Amino acid sequence: MSVSTPPTTRHFTERLTLHYDPSLKRNRFNQIATAIAGIFAVVAVIPLFLVIIYVLFQGGRLLSLQLLTELPPAPGLEGGGIGNAILGTILVTLIASLIAIPVGVGGGVYLSEYAQNGWFSRFVRFGNDVLAGVPSIICGVFIYSLIVATRIFFDQSFSAMAGGIALSVLMLPTVIKTTYEGLLLVPQELRWGAYGVGASRFVTITRITLPAAFTPIATGVVLGIARAAGETAPLIFTALFSPFWPEGLFNPIATMSVLIFNFAIMPYEAQNELAWAASFVLVIMILGANLLARWISRVSRT
Amino acid sequence: MRSTPSTDAFTLRRRPPQEKLVDIGFRQLTLVLAASVGIVLLAIFVTVFSGAKEAMATFGLKFLTTSAWDPVNEDYGALIAIYGTLVTSILSLLIAVPIGLGTAIFITEDLLPRGIRDLIGLLVELLAAIPSVVLGLWAIFVMEPAIRPFLSFLHSSLGWTPFFATEPQGPGTAPAILILVVMVLPIITAISRDALNQVPIELRQGAYGVGTTRWGAIFNVILPAAVSSIMGGVMLSLGRAMGETMAVTMIIGNSLNFSVSLLAPGNTISSMLANQFGEADGIQVSALMYAAVVLMILTFVVNVMAQWIVRRLSLRY
Repeated sequence: MSVSTPPTTRHFTERLTLHYDPSLKRNRFNQIATAIAGIFAVVAVIPLFLVIIYVLFQGGRLLSLQLLTELPPAPGLEGGGIGNAILGTILVTLIASLIAIPVGVGGGVYLSEYAQNGWFSRFVRFGNDVLAGVPSIICGVFIYSLIVATRIFFDQSFSAMAGGIALSVLMLPTVIKTTYEGLLLVPQELRWGAYGVGASRFVTITRITLPAAFTPIATGVVLGIARAAGETAPLIFTALFSPFWPEGLFNPIATMSVLIFNFAIMPYEAQNELAWAASFVLVIMILGANLLARWISRVSRT
Repeated sequence: MRSTPSTDAFTLRRRPPQEKLVDIGFRQLTLVLAASVGIVLLAIFVTVFSGAKEAMATFGLKFLTTSAWDPVNEDYGALIAIYGTLVTSILSLLIAVPIGLGTAIFITEDLLPRGIRDLIGLLVELLAAIPSVVLGLWAIFVMEPAIRPFLSFLHSSLGWTPFFATEPQGPGTAPAILILVVMVLPIITAISRDALNQVPIELRQGAYGVGTTRWGAIFNVILPAAVSSIMGGVMLSLGRAMGETMAVTMIIGNSLNFSVSLLAPGNTISSMLANQFGEADGIQVSALMYAAVVLMILTFVVNVMAQWIVRRLSLRY
């Protein structure tokens, strides 16, 4: 646009221009804002890449049969493995799942199928959100005071059982929420159909409604288990740690997460390396569970 | 009189008593299981409060404002830990919110092919799945050595402010803040993304219709429409950051001396619990429980505020 055109005409032609002009102020602003958002997205992804790369390289190169099957060495010694910690993590997570899944699914069923949206169900849902926000270390303190300090199980203080219960407290809100929300998605017609052919409430829920909501529930439960498996704070003074193989459910037990914590702050190279190796195994397990959950929800959607 | 087969089929079947029993029993069972949430929550409050009672009686509110932590003389104050908890969580949020929100906008707008956007979303969600203890290990051995030159630069150029007054030497508050950023970033991104996705398409179409640009629509229409969920997500992340234990414990240095400097070692309530609770006895246990009460109240308030914001701030569009 030339400078010589009279002001009115210039105004007129400008209004009519529908071509994209990148030098306009608003378009400049757009480009800059887009670039900033893009940079932020890259910045958000970088830590993940760095963490994964380091865990894979530092931990993966130590991977061997010995690592998976042997006991950790005494401080200052070389070699050894994390066999007891792998077993311990599986055991403690299993205890937590066996408690949290039935309780959580039952509670979710009540909220979605029976509750009348009165004060009780509102209170339970509110309490569930609060419980989900309780810091995991507080769960540890709670179970310590309730079970470990009182020596409630056969006069044993620190135990795998206590650790499992602490993790179940952490898992419970996730399971309840996913069950409740999954069941709400089940079309009402399915329930009416079941009642129509003479099914009782119990049969409707266990044979029709719950199976129909299996996918969201399973996805949430798998994610909850994965999160519990990586938790450390509730375990450090409930399950404690043990350099030996698990000795039953009522003795201290080694877990990978506590092993990483203990060995990372030790001044010995061999221990630090085992911490990396345990991180590798743990991250693979947890990322595997996450991808599994994703796969579950994908398979059923199609 | 003989009834015909056709009316027979329509006589109501009486439900057998065991079927009724199962029905009622199942209902009561699920009721009890649902109530267990409340019971567990109540039990947590009661346990921690009763554990803290002794320290509450001994130290009173002075506990919150003094920084003594002296097991020998049995004198305790949680100021360092409370200060550390607030500073690390709030500063990490200040860094993480713009980044997370920017990422969320970037992956909800159609700036890139759908596949790439979904991949970024997936990666950020996987980041949320990495255990905090692994992030702590990474922070100790990789992140902290890598950022130390930068922290030293901050010290040499901004050392005249009290916040950067000390020489960085390994563990400290600043690395703890950065690892918290890494931990809350996925939460903020995921919640913001869901919030942005729920804004009705008509609002965007209307904004474009009256001639705004992409970012004009984002700043003036889409973000205001999604602000309640985003703010709720930010508050939830704040609660998470306050309660986060492992990664922070491993990198913050667990100092018992008060320092305003971000480069000096610090402490948080949760890392103090993680470090001392196992070995504490006597009134130290009670003092730690008192600190746990403070942490619980902080996170409770933040979480309730999160729910309140979501309900109160939501625009009616």
